Amino acid sequence: MTVEAVRQINSRTVVLPVSDIDTDQIIPARFLTTTSRDGLGAGLFADWRLLEDGSPNPDFPLNAESARGCEVLVAGRNFGCGSSREHAAWALLDYGFKAVISSEIADIFRSNALKNGLLPIVVEPSILDYLLANPGTGVTVDVAASTLALPDGRTLDYPIDSFARFCLLEGIDQLGFLRQHEADIRKFEENRPWTP
Amino acid sequence: MRTEGPRTLFEKVWSEHLVQPETADTPAVLYVDLHLIHEVTTPQAFSLLRSLDLPVRRPDLTLGTMDHSTPTTPVTSLRDIAVVGENAARQVAQMEENCRDFGLELLGFDRRERGIVHIIGPELGITQPGKTVVCGDSHTSTHGAFGALAFGIGTTEVGHVLATQCLLQRKPRTLLIDIEGRLQPGVSAKDVILATIGQIGVGGGTGHVIEYRGQTISAMDMDQRMTVCNMSIEAGARAGMIAPDDTTFDYLHGRSRAPQGPDWDRAVERWRRLPGDPEATFDREVSINARDLRPMVTFGTNPGMVVAVDEPIPDRTDASFRKALDYMQLRPGKPLSDSPVNVVFLGSCTNSRLSDLQQAASILRGRRIADGVRMLGGTRLQQIKAEAEALGLHDVFKAAGAEWRESGCSMCLGMNGDTVPAGQLSVSTSNRNFEGRQGKGARTVLASPLTAAASAVSGRVADPRRYLQDTGTE
Ligand code: SF4
Repeated sequence: MTVEAVRQINSRTVVLPVSDIDTDQIIPARFLTTTSRDGLGAGLFADWRLLEDGSPNPDFPLNAESARGCEVLVAGRNFGCGSSREHAAWALLDYGFKAVISSEIADIFRSNALKNGLLPIVVEPSILDYLLANPGTGVTVDVAASTLALPDGRTLDYPIDSFARFCLLEGIDQLGFLRQHEADIRKFEENRPWTP
Repeated sequence: MRTEGPRTLFEKVWSEHLVQPETADTPAVLYVDLHLIHEVTTPQAFSLLRSLDLPVRRPDLTLGTMDHSTPTTPVTSLRDIAVVGENAARQVAQMEENCRDFGLELLGFDRRERGIVHIIGPELGITQPGKTVVCGDSHTSTHGAFGALAFGIGTTEVGHVLATQCLLQRKPRTLLIDIEGRLQPGVSAKDVILATIGQIGVGGGTGHVIEYRGQTISAMDMDQRMTVCNMSIEAGARAGMIAPDDTTFDYLHGRSRAPQGPDWDRAVERWRRLPGDPEATFDREVSINARDLRPMVTFGTNPGMVVAVDEPIPDRTDASFRKALDYMQLRPGKPLSDSPVNVVFLGSCTNSRLSDLQQAASILRGRRIADGVRMLGGTRLQQIKAEAEALGLHDVFKAAGAEWRESGCSMCLGMNGDTVPAGQLSVSTSNRNFEGRQGKGARTVLASPLTAAASAVSGRVADPRRYLQDTGTE
């Protein structure tokens, strides 16, 4: 699999001021019967984004005119909790997002996002409050420097695993990296004191 | 020889599976002893293998089942699957094809062992202390009840394990949750874990592997320990573990895929060295008092929004809390026990083991569920279903007016056609009360099997202790 390299993101934000958004909201289970990773954007936040008759819910932030083309999603604390479905990351990417910002991001979602070139950005609660209160803020993410620049001139460092950053920048396929360890894996299997 | 200092249970299992330790620049390469796969989170991983022309590296350490999108009405062949829809049928057909093409064992519709992926491992005795167990499902944490390091992974990682039997992982932090006190009658493992999540929060375990310890945990049987570890992910934790002891070994002894004969003795000797060293320390520690615990129910849209069944729903002003209560159509200040119930679901990988069914049956026996309530009872494994039927539990359920179902995830995530209609209130023994989890607009209250059965009988969210007093059973 090839992953597209991600180096810089320049975008206005779209804001979902809700904490603990779980992966069942990001992509409801009924969309999981697919056997492909494409087209999942159609199910993104389906129960919030669409009304009963399938038309867009005018009150949902992603449907606002100003949200069109936004690549950065800002969400309340603890984004992506719940199920391990990678479909959540696929759906966000397919819809057009390149980064998600919150003050806490759940482990499995974060790991899935990074493997697909979706950047999870964890910021201090005070920064999150600022972003939540100012939808449509223009932000710049520099992946190599691991910084998030705000329009008021502040530039913040965000934490990211150095290997994950390397893979994003170079578009590295982690399976390829793992397979280079084949000799080590064989040695491990031969030398272990017990076998499963 | 290692010269490390004292180690926790997690650290022992972790270091024993390091093909390569982590460095500042690269994650650890961690070996996987058991890879469980199911139909929903694997198709894209198999496609990747095909496109790279790669085999599955260790078919002998890989085991497949079908549970998520399968019907819980009787199924004997692929044709019966059509009832849940074309896409689900295609997914199941592809799972069969993938397992056949890659030479993997699949516990398909013709097998007694088929069932929810997290029930199979323990029931077969293939989930064992000290193993690393992964699956493309977040409730893989269930297997940690045996002292295994078990966690959920995404589909890309499923592909990694299929191809290399390894994962790239950063070492998580450790969190000790010490739970003390004897449980009161009517209070069970489900209440313990709901109270724990209520205390530490749904993000309280993020980045950590939990070890549960203490008098309450030691006194639990394996079914209860699995219920506790199952919901570790609901606190955001990577995994939950419990040190293996005689309860663990007794459970595994004689199971078809547990070590046999002299291998068994050697395994137990090894397993006895797994519990953490007394001086080992954790990154964080939390203690929970279970002595005065009452039956717990959730009132919101995540498992951390929880109160005792007779306690008023708390009040908070933040928008997310309000949104959750609006969705649930509940108001602060009143206990949940007033709310009328439409559906009761006894199932899922959290609570549908034989002892859970027995507990529910202890309340249903000789009673009828309230008019207008629909109750689904089912197990997660065809084999348990047979055992339960041998004990006559199906008759108890049916006589009470409940439906007795085939094994599968069913109403836990409403993917197979078993859903709760919009607006209806469901008391469920599953693990997630997220908006729409059991069907669009469904309102879910998480509870123990005892509370679920009591609520079915009463027609309102009910305190099971009342019914236990009536019959004198515990
Ligand atoms: S029963 Fe529910 S939580 Fe458990 S594996 Fe199935 S869908 Fe997941």
